[in-house]
Amino acid sequence: MDKNNLRIENHPVLGEYIKGKEVKITFDGKVITAYKGEMIATALIASGIKVFRYTPKKNMPRGLFCAIGRCTDCVMEVNGRPNIRTCITPVENGMIINTQIGTGQWKEGSN
Amino acid sequence: MEGRFQLKTELAIIGAGPAGLCAAIEAAKNGVDVTIIDENKKPGGQLFKQIHRFFGSEEHLAGTRGFEIGNMLLEDAKKYGVKVLLDSVAWGLFPDLTIGISTDKKVSILKSEKVVVATGAIENSLSFPGWTLPNIMGAGAAQTMINVNRVLPGKKVITMGSGNVGLIVSYQLIQAGAEVVAVVEALDHIGGYMVHASKIARMGVKILANHTITKGMGDKFVEKVEIAKIDSNFNIVKGSEETIKVDLVCIAVGLRPLSELCWMAGMRFEYLSELGGFIPVHDENMQSNIKGIYVAGDVTGIEEASTAMEEGKLAGIAVSQALGKLRMRNQEASSILNEARERLRTLRLGPFGEYRYQAKEKIISKYYN
Repeated sequence: MDKNNLRIENHPVLGEYIKGKEVKITFDGKVITAYKGEMIATALIASGIKVFRYTPKKNMPRGLFCAIGRCTDCVMEVNGRPNIRTCITPVENGMIINTQIGTGQWKEGSN
Repeated sequence: MEGRFQLKTELAIIGAGPAGLCAAIEAAKNGVDVTIIDENKKPGGQLFKQIHRFFGSEEHLAGTRGFEIGNMLLEDAKKYGVKVLLDSVAWGLFPDLTIGISTDKKVSILKSEKVVVATGAIENSLSFPGWTLPNIMGAGAAQTMINVNRVLPGKKVITMGSGNVGLIVSYQLIQAGAEVVAVVEALDHIGGYMVHASKIARMGVKILANHTITKGMGDKFVEKVEIAKIDSNFNIVKGSEETIKVDLVCIAVGLRPLSELCWMAGMRFEYLSELGGFIPVHDENMQSNIKGIYVAGDVTGIEEASTAMEEGKLAGIAVSQALGKLRMRNQEASSILNEARERLRTLRLGPFGEYRYQAKEKIISKYYN
């Protein structure tokens, strides 16, 4: 398995991974390839990224924990908006994703 | 907030997993107008990550894989005209049967004559020093990543807990291309079915009973864990500590009902550790102590998808009857309800099912006999 692509391309039960259209997303300034229909967390993990944010008080790293949108451990800044649950938010072409430091920062103009 | 809407339906169901979908299908078959609310973007709950064949008998769809059952249920729901509101969070359930819903930036109030709460469960965790490090996650989370999202979160795995979730997810991680170093179990015996345990044991996975994870280590994410033996009082045996290199830790130490809405509605609860904690009290038709609000699936006690489906069917039939939609004589209706209860009973046979059956019976005999 390619270190830079941890996608499960062939699965003994589920067969071939039929991907959606290729899109580009930016993580902390670096462009990453993802596929339409994938969650942000999926695309990041597929590229070997495990740390999604740092906690407000102790600056401790956090990553994916429940993967079904309940625990909020995987929240990040997405398109200038903090606290986005990346495990249940699908990627979009041109999306800008940043590691969230503490409670994150709102960018002017984002809603 | 952009607007406020009032919606109406005969039966509102919260949660489009196996229990909610089955309740919806049964009620819709009888001509009930059904709306399901689900916070996810896709219906099916946790069925789509279950790629193993189900147990039970033919009537319980044994031999069929979870995601295939999910597809079948979605087709049926569509066929019978069930309305599904996705991406919609039910944030409130009130004793007058209204439900508060948020969809994107809109808030709406759903009024209904009957409600089924089928909100499912959430994984328990285990805290030890370092447990918050990235790549220490719920076993169900790892399962979602490999089977639904098709990405491998780690290549060298240790699993904490040898119940069915721990065993099945360990096997599925191997299927997805990972190496599972060990399954660690605090009790002195394997928690899940022997058939699942043997399968991974044959593949060389060590199952370590009387052990626990004592530490997660790593700078930015988990790189090592420390495991240790524990005695019969669950105390760590000094000197037995061992460090193992891993890049993924799966925590499979049970689930608990996701029952916030039940608490909010004011339901009565009973604590039953066999079923995962506080369980909303319900009668043999799955109706809670609040008239018109029914419960089904894991929210009524942690079991399996197959039992969740049967409880959902039972609730769906009972709701149809209560709404006067069962086009049959009372005697026939009670025999249909009895058949549904009988199917549940057969799923609760054997050493694993029996204690759950006894726990459910405890509620019935305490409150309803």
